[in-house]
Amino acid sequence: MSTPFQIVVCGTLVPDPLQTLEPVVGPAGPSLKNEMMLPAILDPWAGHALFEAAHLARKMPGSKVWLVSLGPKAKLQQVMMTVAQKVPFELVALDGPASGFSDSFETAAALAAGIEAIAGLDRSRVLVFGGWESASRGAGSTLQMVGERLGIVEQFQGVDRIAVRDDGSFEILERVEGGKHQVSVCSAPPAVLGWATGNLPEPRNNPQVGMANMRAIMPALQRAKATPVPNTGLSFASVSLPRQQRETRIVKNLPAAEIAREIVAWIGEE
Amino acid sequence: MESILLLAHIEADGRLAKPALEALTTALALGGELTVGLVGAAAQAAADQIAGAGAARTLAVTGDAFAQPRYATDAAAAEALCRAAGATLVLAPSTSRWSRALPGVAYRLGGRVDTHATSLAVQNGAPAVTRWFYRQRMEAVLTRQQRPWVVLLEAGCVPAWSGAAGSATVETIAVEMPQPRTEVTGIQAPKADEQTIRPDAKLLFVAGAGWTKKQGDGKVHGAEAETLILNFLRSAKASLGGSKSLVDLSGEGEAVLQFMTHMNQIGQTGATPRHPKGLSTCCHGEEPHVVGWRFITERRAINLDPNCGWARGKADVLYVADAFEVMREVNRMLG
Repeated sequence: MSTPFQIVVCGTLVPDPLQTLEPVVGPAGPSLKNEMMLPAILDPWAGHALFEAAHLARKMPGSKVWLVSLGPKAKLQQVMMTVAQKVPFELVALDGPASGFSDSFETAAALAAGIEAIAGLDRSRVLVFGGWESASRGAGSTLQMVGERLGIVEQFQGVDRIAVRDDGSFEILERVEGGKHQVSVCSAPPAVLGWATGNLPEPRNNPQVGMANMRAIMPALQRAKATPVPNTGLSFASVSLPRQQRETRIVKNLPAAEIAREIVAWIGEE
Repeated sequence: MESILLLAHIEADGRLAKPALEALTTALALGGELTVGLVGAAAQAAADQIAGAGAARTLAVTGDAFAQPRYATDAAAAEALCRAAGATLVLAPSTSRWSRALPGVAYRLGGRVDTHATSLAVQNGAPAVTRWFYRQRMEAVLTRQQRPWVVLLEAGCVPAWSGAAGSATVETIAVEMPQPRTEVTGIQAPKADEQTIRPDAKLLFVAGAGWTKKQGDGKVHGAEAETLILNFLRSAKASLGGSKSLVDLSGEGEAVLQFMTHMNQIGQTGATPRHPKGLSTCCHGEEPHVVGWRFITERRAINLDPNCGWARGKADVLYVADAFEVMREVNRMLG
């Protein structure tokens, strides 16, 4: 049977998707209005990556999961109170911005440095996980640059499944165009996997896991290094909300057959 | 004036697909000297296909190893093409293949990358990228000082280039790289008659969780909902989107809409597909869901709630009606 993995998940917080977001532009560039006051969650795709990592670690005894997270320390602490109850992991906290307007190049540099600083990490057994995009920047470019900085050129994006085989290789399903999956086999770690949704439901809260995690999370937050992301060379000419509001024609009290006729005619229009 | 490299991967039939031709339209509109870089099994047919575009050079990395979409080989090929071209702007379509590989290439070149660009145009004498942030909730225009600047262009934002074919001279670029540790073994796709995601469809049909709720008779009609939706998708050749709540139900193994997966999900944590028309049914929700049809041009909705936030102010027409009844009639008429 295969040897254990060392799984490093990159992921940070995003505003709760139910919140109304409004951009503001200051001297340091754009940000969100009342950004520090907005309730935050772990980025959904990073969450899938974390849950898949924990699932894989459970199946491969001796494996370990780290979560490397770049975000404002106080907000990270809030989010970790919830996330810590889901699955076992060790936090590597980097105290910096989690803004969608942060440059992915510099974010990748910070995350790669955070990974390189993990004591005792066996780079030959590493799987770098993360969301294939974030719900903030949505660039889908950070993980590839983290991988390059760590010298990892076996990379996969839009991953929905990893299946480890007896010889230590693993089969990966990546989303490609048209609702299809590309199937690949990678002979061994290290590798980078940017997760789409995967196939696992969100784990239930487990207070015992939460307590065990929090013992290490609080010191990790205290140790968090200040990690600025200055967006060197990047300028935003404008940031705006879409103003499009449609005049909706409300059709009431029309028989179903009449509505259907109208819809069929509309579908057929060029 | 920027020098431009357009990167395109060659399809299995030896030609360039529509997203690559759209990226070519954007590249030509910028007005700088254009080099085309092709990656695939063989490049001549693709180079000839766009010979009329007037590129100054056509470079290619070819061979069996470059026919497969794979990070290690695609990144090596793109890096070699970028170095050979020496362009300051590198454009490519936002395909899964380039989205996987090009951010790493930007790092290798000491450049920067921006993805999901809906526009790239010269503003105040410099190229500026327009893209969305926070899952299509706000739009920004940005510029960068660093070069090369790699920009991945979203499909469906500009017309595809449609000039004359011709005979192009292709310069082959050699690539040296270690043996990749990854082998692409195939594609998993639903059977043709179960294919519910059709990116080129004229219509996006969006199903909401209402399809799985108790109806007027106090019962759930999941099986009928499946039949109605699948029959409509087949006859209208529509693509299927689902709200998060409905997709999550399917993922939890409930006996509803078995064909609905997370790949169908649209909205805040799903896709934002581009189709000329969209018809939503039984959808409820505010901004997170509305995001899902940000790029749908004509929108209609069927819903029992005339004040539904999904539809009001977001759809052109809202039919206040029972979607089961309406879709039965629609299928009868299309059938």
